[in-house]
Amino acid sequence: MTVTQFVIASAVLFSIGVYGVLVRRSAVMVLMSVELILNSVNINLVAFGALHDNIAGEVFALFVITVAAAEVGVGLALVLLIFRNRKNINIHEVDLMKG
Amino acid sequence: MTATIFAAAETSTEAAHQATGWFLDNIWILPLMPALSFFAILFLGKKMRCRGSDPGLLTTGLALAFSIAAGIQWLGSVGEGGTLPVVGEWKWYSAAGFDLSVGTLVDGLTIAMIFVVSLVSFLVHVYSTDYVKGDRRYTHYFAFLSLFTASMLLLVISNSTIQMIVAWELVGVCSFSLISHWWEDKSNSGAGLKAMLTNRVGDIGLLIGVAILFFAAGGTFSVLEINSLALSGGISHLVLLVAACALLAAVASKSGQFPLYTWLPDAMAGPTPVSALIHAATMVVAGVFLVARLYGVFFEGFAIAGSSINLLALIGAATTIFGATLAFAQTDIKRVLAYSTISQLGYMVMALGVGAWTAAIFHLFTHAFFKACLFLGSGSVSHAAGGTFDMRKMGGLKQHMPHTYKTFLIASLALAGVAPLAGFWSKDEILAGTGGWGIFGGTGGNGAYTLMIVMGLITTALTAAYMTRCVYMTFHGDYRGEGHPHESGKRIVVPLWVLAGLATVAGLVNLPKGFQLVPKSWTERFGHFIEPHGVTYFPKIEHATPSWTLGIFSIIVAGAGISLTVLYIKRKQQIAERTSQSKLASVGYNILVNKYYLDHLYSGIITKTVRGPLAAGVNRFDKTVIDGVVNAAGKTSVAAGNIIYNQIDQKIVDGLVNATAIQTEEAGEELRKIQTGKVQHYGSIMFASAIVFTLLIIIFI
Repeated sequence: MTVTQFVIASAVLFSIGVYGVLVRRSAVMVLMSVELILNSVNINLVAFGALHDNIAGEVFALFVITVAAAEVGVGLALVLLIFRNRKNINIHEVDLMKG
Repeated sequence: MTATIFAAAETSTEAAHQATGWFLDNIWILPLMPALSFFAILFLGKKMRCRGSDPGLLTTGLALAFSIAAGIQWLGSVGEGGTLPVVGEWKWYSAAGFDLSVGTLVDGLTIAMIFVVSLVSFLVHVYSTDYVKGDRRYTHYFAFLSLFTASMLLLVISNSTIQMIVAWELVGVCSFSLISHWWEDKSNSGAGLKAMLTNRVGDIGLLIGVAILFFAAGGTFSVLEINSLALSGGISHLVLLVAACALLAAVASKSGQFPLYTWLPDAMAGPTPVSALIHAATMVVAGVFLVARLYGVFFEGFAIAGSSINLLALIGAATTIFGATLAFAQTDIKRVLAYSTISQLGYMVMALGVGAWTAAIFHLFTHAFFKACLFLGSGSVSHAAGGTFDMRKMGGLKQHMPHTYKTFLIASLALAGVAPLAGFWSKDEILAGTGGWGIFGGTGGNGAYTLMIVMGLITTALTAAYMTRCVYMTFHGDYRGEGHPHESGKRIVVPLWVLAGLATVAGLVNLPKGFQLVPKSWTERFGHFIEPHGVTYFPKIEHATPSWTLGIFSIIVAGAGISLTVLYIKRKQQIAERTSQSKLASVGYNILVNKYYLDHLYSGIITKTVRGPLAAGVNRFDKTVIDGVVNAAGKTSVAAGNIIYNQIDQKIVDGLVNATAIQTEEAGEELRKIQTGKVQHYGSIMFASAIVFTLLIIIFI
């Protein structure tokens, strides 16, 4: 396996994630897409860490996982509150910050 | 899945040999069973006819059978020259030349612990099917019981400190969620939080201690290697002392030692079977287990051998007296038992502190039975007395619930240390192990801990006295509550009898050295099978030979405690008057009612001393100095300001400002079109800009 394959896999994941973030209506799906983006980055980090035999890549990925866990916790709490107030989680309808 | 041999035996007359057996090699199955049950109950429990209790019952029953089978194989492989533990190791994670492995370690301590955990857990499961019948979170409750059993079993079979941390936190989570099981009530969820937060304090100590030991031992988490290095002098004494002190914080929080015990009485907010399982028999002894497991570190770090005082023994001794005195002022039966647990845990920690390792584990073993019996008994009593735990609303239950009464009495006597019940043997072994002989004329022991034997004997009297008070208030006299009390059902009474039976006979497994009434081969069986011999990871500890004088004296002390309390209750009226007249007595009573003011110290004094004077000082500074300066500056400014306002501001500045504002407003009117408030539009702009910048970088660099 060359590093290219990992990078391609990561790029594919990243693109799927970006697509999800930009297109999906459901806030939960958007959160999941954000997770995809973060994990595509993790793949890159670990792949290049292994390529250069440097542990920093893996350590960084661990940090990303930790932060992602916190992020999804906060994100789901927000989604839950939005749902309680509006009875749906379509993020197109959440535009109170409209200028 | 190979069992590897760890350390070579010390050269003795007969070489230590490797223990073998299918159950010992495959001990990892043990925590797996309740873990699977946890997921089964969580996902399928509500659809089952039993609403989730049966998987828990089945797997804890299997775990009990597994533990007994493993125990039999272990007993079969213990030899005279010592026995090497069975170690299983699997690589979990490997990066940049560092391997992190998980694994299992089976030695005598593990065997004793898995038996206690799976037995009490099984009985509590049986008891719970009746006790929480019809509860609104019945399924949830059994799921967490299973998770707890799995985590506790994982803790006791761990062979690495990192794995112990994982299990340690898991049991903490279960404790938290089971304490606040009825979270609709604010005080219950508060109690859960208090337990969680107090334990966090200790967990910091655990992390620091494990990290220190990891680096000091040259990058290993293996319990056996750390202990061996500590004992062979491979780690310097100072490092061991610091690590042991850090770990002691963890022990103090988890095992309710002074000064971090305040969460344990509040934890009684949980359902009673949970108190019996988690807050009496198993989880709270995790701290004691930690010390016992890393005994090499503590033994060398605190220089236990040949000394007469050390931090570990002192904290244990202080806790045992604090807990016992606090148990007097309680009117809630579960709180009496909670303080009693604190006191008995203090006993175990003290025993470890004086070097009486076997006595400590033996006491852990017997205490689990009689204290679980007492807690389950108190739950049965509460069912009969209309759900209250207030002893003032009980009384006279002896006639109504004979089985609960008999088992409660047996367990109380065992706790009080009345021969020949279990508590007597284990408690006396601790007293003997202190080596603080004085007038009692025994021999042996690791040091001369005179203070500890005195505190231990005082606690014996106190224990006997508060348990007499508790039994009297609950079961004797006239019934003071409402409704008609009745005996509980079979699923409650049978576990009580099993535990009471064990509380009666468990002491006989470790008759003291030099006990002449039985053949020599019957004495010290527990020590023979449980204590590691002929291995490098365990210190050579001395065993004390107790004397008849000590045994008889401690029975007299316990008897005195009981009879004085009975006397006191008989003449209660007169003494109560005298107590309220005597200033000293009422001061003492107030201290006990307020639990030595420790809660006040934490929430009131420490926060207030920071808040009160600091705020007052800042306020005074603000009023005098800052206000004066401000006032003077203000007056001058007003005068200057008037001139500037009329001349410059109104004419020149306002003109400029108005012109700017008009421009800004027009620009804003255009820009607001891109502020749609829709997060995906922002996202598109962000990703588009990222692409543009990336392209720029690729093109120009």
